[in-house]
Amino acid sequence: MLDDFLVRAALAGIGVALAAAPLGCFVVWRRMAYFGDATAHAAILGVALSLLLSTSIFAGALVVSLIMATAVSLLSGRGYAMDTLLGVMAHSALAFGLVAVSFVSGVRIDLMAYLFGDILAVGKLDLAIIWGGAGIVLVLLGWRWSSLLTATLNTDLAYASGIDPKREQLILTLSLAVVVAVALKVVGVLLIAALLIIPAAAARPFSRTPEAMVLLAAMIGATATTGGLQAAFWLDTPTGPTIVSLAAILFALSSFAGYTRLKVSRATPSCEESR
Amino acid sequence: MTLLTIEHLDIALGGDLVLKDIHLTLARGEIVTVVGPNGSGKTTLLKSIIGSLKPVRGRIVRSTELKIGYVPQRLHLDATLPMTVSRFMSLPRRRAAAQIDQALERAGVAGLARRQMSGLSGGQFQRILLARALLESPDLLILDEATQGLDQRGVVDFYHQLESVRRELGCGVLMVSHELHVVMRTSDRVVCLNRSICCEGTPERVATSPAYLAMFGYDTRDALALYRHDHGASSISSELSS
Repeated sequence: MLDDFLVRAALAGIGVALAAAPLGCFVVWRRMAYFGDATAHAAILGVALSLLLSTSIFAGALVVSLIMATAVSLLSGRGYAMDTLLGVMAHSALAFGLVAVSFVSGVRIDLMAYLFGDILAVGKLDLAIIWGGAGIVLVLLGWRWSSLLTATLNTDLAYASGIDPKREQLILTLSLAVVVAVALKVVGVLLIAALLIIPAAAARPFSRTPEAMVLLAAMIGATATTGGLQAAFWLDTPTGPTIVSLAAILFALSSFAGYTRLKVSRATPSCEESR
Repeated sequence: MTLLTIEHLDIALGGDLVLKDIHLTLARGEIVTVVGPNGSGKTTLLKSIIGSLKPVRGRIVRSTELKIGYVPQRLHLDATLPMTVSRFMSLPRRRAAAQIDQALERAGVAGLARRQMSGLSGGQFQRILLARALLESPDLLILDEATQGLDQRGVVDFYHQLESVRRELGCGVLMVSHELHVVMRTSDRVVCLNRSICCEGTPERVATSPAYLAMFGYDTRDALALYRHDHGASSISSELSS
């Protein structure tokens, strides 16, 4: 079954969507939308370095993303706002990455593959890495779930309950780095952030609890990846962008449905669920 | 039993010393209120006790396994985060539905368990924050202007609940409040703070101390007397004799 490249592609997409769902929700709740971009840009530097040193692309991307995530976590709250830090990190990493790439001859085409991903070229080893990474992230988030949620809600409430919000943030940013590194092959650097944010945002109008939002985001993400894969096959379009386009369409449908539902419930004062 | 001892505590915010040389002891079963003008470091003191701000000097010694219930001054809930009241009550530890319903009823907000936090009024929100803090069966309850946004009835209910909680759980209570007349009647001890502790003691003592009068600029003994009057002759006579 794994010999079919479409099956491998679909499994890769689902694996990334599952790990991206809880992380994407945290990214939305904590207003870290640019974190995905920043880590992804840093991953380009990782790709360039691994091309230069001829090591595994995944390892290079993972190491640089982890360094980026740790640096941002440690520096945040020391006089720089998160978005400033992310802006500095993201663009410097991208610039250094592009400079580094120019030292490697004949990689122009390779780089395009990392910018846009190549889900159809996912091999069995890639699949193992994606599911391994996704599995680690899901176990980690499941284990820390309550603490992460409390720290996201309010840092002082977390401190009072004996939770260190800084440690929780580090766990979150490291998980993000792992997911970005493993998702590189599926949608590429430019679109990873979309896979994090769009399903979570699409899930928001229909969720009453954080857990419901994560489950729904996972379903929307999986639908977008498998559906996008199929659509790209039929329409002969690039796969990564088709997946993200489908996710965006799902988001548009969900916000429209959420909006009309809001109007209906505003008209009925007895209904409790008005927001 | 001592819950907490603060020794020589200095706290800096953005390089400025906000609290200087604080000494404070909190014991089980007592209600201690911190009063002081805006910017006097009241919230900073509470935040340093819960561990959210690190001292530049001195230390805070907690009794082992001290459970803290904390009610912040205000809690901003991001609109992107869906959260029912019952889910919020189960953070960070899962609670049984029956336990949550009971806590909500005690806080005077029964039947809100399935509502979204974002749809609550300020007063309901505040009551739910208190109910959540009490679910932990805290040894020490820390309240930062917890009656903000409550209607008059709510304030009265709140202090009644506070006293019954103190009786039942035997917990210590440390709170910041601007409602001086209520403070004077509910607290066992009042701490007057203005970057350092200016005076400390029973409400009667603090209310008459020069440092307190200089800070608040008027004599709260009037308010005190007015209230004591409500409570019948015995308390008035005890006040006169003191």
